[in-house]
Amino acid sequence: MYVELENINKYFKEFQAARDISFNIRQGILAALLGPSGSGKTTILRMIAGLEHPDSGDIFIDGTRVNEVEAGRRGIGFVFQNYALFRYMNVFDNIAFGLSVKKERPAAIKSRVSELLELIGMEGMEKRYPAQLSGGQKQREAFARALAPNPKLLLLDEPFAAIDAKVRRELRIWLRDMIRRLGITSIFVTHDQDEAIEVADEIIVANNGRIEQKGSPEDLYKSPATPFVASFIGESALLENYRVLKGFESETRGFSGAVRPEFVKIFTGEETIQYENSVEDAAVERIAFRGAFLEVVLNIKGMTFPTRYSLEKTPIAAGDRVRALVYRLYAFDGDRAFLLHNRNLDNSGAGNIYNI
Amino acid sequence: MSLKGNIWIPRLLTGTSVIFVLLTLVLPLAVVMAEALGSGLDLYMRAVTDTYTAKALHLTLAATAAAVVLNTFFGLAAAWVVTRFSFRGKGVLSTVVDVPFAVSPVIAGLVFILTFGRLSPLHPFLEACGIKIVFAWPGIILATVFVTFPFVARELIPVLEARGTDEEQAAALMGAGFFTIFRRVTFPHIRWALLYSVILCAARAMGEFGAVSVVSGHLRGKTNTLPLHVEILYNEYRFADAFAVASILAVAAIVILAARNVVEYAAHKEEETNVR
Repeated sequence: MYVELENINKYFKEFQAARDISFNIRQGILAALLGPSGSGKTTILRMIAGLEHPDSGDIFIDGTRVNEVEAGRRGIGFVFQNYALFRYMNVFDNIAFGLSVKKERPAAIKSRVSELLELIGMEGMEKRYPAQLSGGQKQREAFARALAPNPKLLLLDEPFAAIDAKVRRELRIWLRDMIRRLGITSIFVTHDQDEAIEVADEIIVANNGRIEQKGSPEDLYKSPATPFVASFIGESALLENYRVLKGFESETRGFSGAVRPEFVKIFTGEETIQYENSVEDAAVERIAFRGAFLEVVLNIKGMTFPTRYSLEKTPIAAGDRVRALVYRLYAFDGDRAFLLHNRNLDNSGAGNIYNI
Repeated sequence: MSLKGNIWIPRLLTGTSVIFVLLTLVLPLAVVMAEALGSGLDLYMRAVTDTYTAKALHLTLAATAAAVVLNTFFGLAAAWVVTRFSFRGKGVLSTVVDVPFAVSPVIAGLVFILTFGRLSPLHPFLEACGIKIVFAWPGIILATVFVTFPFVARELIPVLEARGTDEEQAAALMGAGFFTIFRRVTFPHIRWALLYSVILCAARAMGEFGAVSVVSGHLRGKTNTLPLHVEILYNEYRFADAFAVASILAVAAIVILAARNVVEYAAHKEEETNVR
């Protein structure tokens, strides 16, 4: 394992920002530390960088314990949330800083900086100051500056937060491709699940100073391990008591749960339904046009189910009575989440929920 | 009626300010110059080039230089500590920095007499070492440094606070040491504020009267600074001489003011072109 955290605890006065955190990241992986604000994700990143120090626990980078190693000697490149570019230095001097601190020869510095300028597509902008650059250019400059001394590990703190929405998508694809191309092990912090899903090979979900789950974006989406992950990743609606639903009456794990839009299918009057005995009566509460589909909010037994409905099917309207089949849902039992299938369906029939 | 619509309000305010400035600043300055030169250029030159005046000027410049050098150093250190570290008693420290502004200079002078003078328990020790502070030039420098202490720190603290620490953290993460970070990252942010505060500090140091007056002992040619010399001449009814010497201070003040404006303009211009 390339980066390893073992039983990390960190307090800020009374507030515990990290509770017994352990995880590891393989070499060459682009990992996202995902969580809401106050989840401790930035604190974790800053502890790996050496900008904060854990109260207990160990941090290993490339097999070496780095707890006592100064931030400047950990071989880490860091991209700050607001970039922290040196405002009184031009682009060249910013990128060259890490190399000049290491007393590299001027010729070597020059060639490395031009190489990086080419990589980030900013040739010819050496003489500009940060204030004369756009948000995207600043971010690329910060990225190049962090990479200049050839770090072993790249850490990025909310790298897209300060960029306006239009450029953000473009830039995160650029950054992902760049990091993949360079093959550098990287960890970035984000509160945006779409960003994490789109960019990361692996997501570590943090909440309340704890790690909830670690896995590929698909793993987290398909089989969330905790109620928090089930509701934080992807679209879902909470259910107060899932056991009143047909096909789930004999379940024993907890009462509350969550359901994703693709777990529910709507039937209108004229269709023949295979699983007549497990279909629920539903009221259409709201309909919103979303381009390729309709977003339909159903009310079943007093609980709200957001679902998708094809524009090709019989039109429905708010206030209509329809019927709905709940194929699957997540049941919450304490701090665990379980994927449950509707017991009235034979498994072969409802196998692939993503093809409904 | 809107404030903008009334043409009399801006006129009234401008008029009041102009009259106030004329009465309190321009008129006295003009009187100093007029009185200084009133008895002829010969007398003026004689008063200005007088040995005691030269010695007083020398001491004033020395005290000013010492105050500027020491306070630049202390002020930088204090501002750095207050804005870059958190520790117990930090609030107390940033309040203590302001004490010289709050305490009357005369009291500051008295404090030095009590601390280092003949009544002090330190006195036998100082005497044994042959160090004379009160009624000697070290006392004058000490008093001047004390009175001008807050200028640099007070000017730098808000600047350092506003700039934040992220650029310094970024530099540290790339392996830069303290002095590299200070020289290449922090200093460019504060250089104009530092120069500005040094100028203010110099202006204040030159004109310092109260604290210096108490610790000086008024030994002509030895512990007399220019402001004290003016007072002595005045008390001896040598009005022309007194005004002539005062005019040196007035000219110095004008030069400093001009320097201040140049610095302000340069800083503003740099901000506009290169930095946000």
